[in-house]
Amino acid sequence: MSAPHLLVHELKDNVGVVVVEGLKAGTKMLCVVTHDNSSFELSVKADVPIGHKVALKDLKAGDTAIKYGQDIGKMVGPAKVGEYVHVHNLKTKRW
Amino acid sequence: MTIVANFELNKNRLASIKGRKIDVPGFKAPVLKKRSSAKSDNFVGWRRENGRVGVRNHVLILPLDDLSNAACEAVANNIKGTLAIPHAYGRLQFGEDLDIHFRTLIGAGSNPNVAAVVVIGIEDGWTKIIVDGIARTGKPVVGFGIEGVGDIGTIAKASYVAKEFVQWASELQREKCDIGELWVSTKCGESDTTTGLSSCPTVGNMYDKLLPKGIYGVFGETSEITGAEHLCKARAATPEVGERWYKMWKAYQTDVIEQFKTTDLSDSQPTKGNIKGGLSTIEEKALGNLEKIGRESKYIDILQPAEAPAKGAGLYFMDTSSAAAECVTLMAAGGYVVHTFPTGQGNVIGNPIVPVIKITGNPQTMRTMPEHIDVDVSGILRRDMTIPEAGDALIANIVRTSNGRLTAAEALGHREFSMTKLYRSA
Repeated sequence: MSAPHLLVHELKDNVGVVVVEGLKAGTKMLCVVTHDNSSFELSVKADVPIGHKVALKDLKAGDTAIKYGQDIGKMVGPAKVGEYVHVHNLKTKRW
Repeated sequence: MTIVANFELNKNRLASIKGRKIDVPGFKAPVLKKRSSAKSDNFVGWRRENGRVGVRNHVLILPLDDLSNAACEAVANNIKGTLAIPHAYGRLQFGEDLDIHFRTLIGAGSNPNVAAVVVIGIEDGWTKIIVDGIARTGKPVVGFGIEGVGDIGTIAKASYVAKEFVQWASELQREKCDIGELWVSTKCGESDTTTGLSSCPTVGNMYDKLLPKGIYGVFGETSEITGAEHLCKARAATPEVGERWYKMWKAYQTDVIEQFKTTDLSDSQPTKGNIKGGLSTIEEKALGNLEKIGRESKYIDILQPAEAPAKGAGLYFMDTSSAAAECVTLMAAGGYVVHTFPTGQGNVIGNPIVPVIKITGNPQTMRTMPEHIDVDVSGILRRDMTIPEAGDALIANIVRTSNGRLTAAEALGHREFSMTKLYRSA
């Protein structure tokens, strides 16, 4: 398998992690789910740095972001599939 | 005053310097306890008087308090091969805060990576507490109080003792040891999303393989389990331990965070470095953090900060801060001899007593600051390295480090020794 652009922990996750440097908007990403090594393709909508997250489905404010199959916080702004998810639209439910 | 333990005082020796009486203890090497030979010879380490095995052979010059740092550093400058570990506190502390201070210093001196210790304090009383605590291991230890003597006389006396200690220690031989005799701690730092994908599961895989061989493990970072507390509670060996863990975690939330926070903690936890690395929330950070304990391991007890484990081999949780230097210092004081440290963005921490092995899976960090990294697991992100392969690579590095290979942090001179302070001194 060629090296993936994006890794996803679990099948139920709705965000994945960019694992290559210099990813450009419009790139058709090879995405791999580490849980079972299944893969899919997704077009990224922004220049997303390595380590940062991309929405795997359309998310709106109030939705729960899922990673590791677990709740990692609430969306406070929208992110459509392929768009960038970070502190501008995702916030902790704690403190 | 001079406080001695585990060797004989020789008052005739160096009775005076320039007419001033210098009471310097002579040195007689302690007798080592013999243990049955190891099951295998995975590495060579130093067997200490109490039977534990160290992977370094330091002679520590240990200050009781901030005021004694200067004398300790002067002694370490006089006597090559000794190591002063200056720190910020030790005066007018009380209660639990003072207990942690004493436990940390006694634990640091008692660590099997330490052959012998010279303690220097401003006064005799608390200096004696540290000396007596370390002496329980059977290793040579001597304490000096500065008051009534002054820095120069103290430095002279301490230097004579330190010289004898370091010459004795330099002749101690390593012996073959089983890998199961290692005590391996973990804590991650400058985490990002790659740590949860690669370097933390690498440590987890190492624990899944080495805990069954009889090692002691420990993880901590109480605040940084927030968001994964339900998973962590479930990883206790028994429901009772899980309940105790949960109470401890909850107490930090109510007793510390709720009392002292000015806004929410989003500017501190996750850190700015974490956020730059792509972590958005504490929940996301915690879930990656918990990958360090692997799939199989269950923790058998909860340790106070700097407390030594007492329930036999296995995995422990220590109630620590998530700040790297504070946490690693507490774990070293607990008696752990090798530390595994996953990093994403490139935390540069080291420890004076314990070798800190850095693991990263972030290819950008490998490219920009490779001198800090001991184990490169970036192949996991490219899918050309599996987690079990990365775990094996880490174990191989732990063995090499235990055999004496300097870690990146040791070679670069990182010796962060940070005392945990709970509240203002009296």
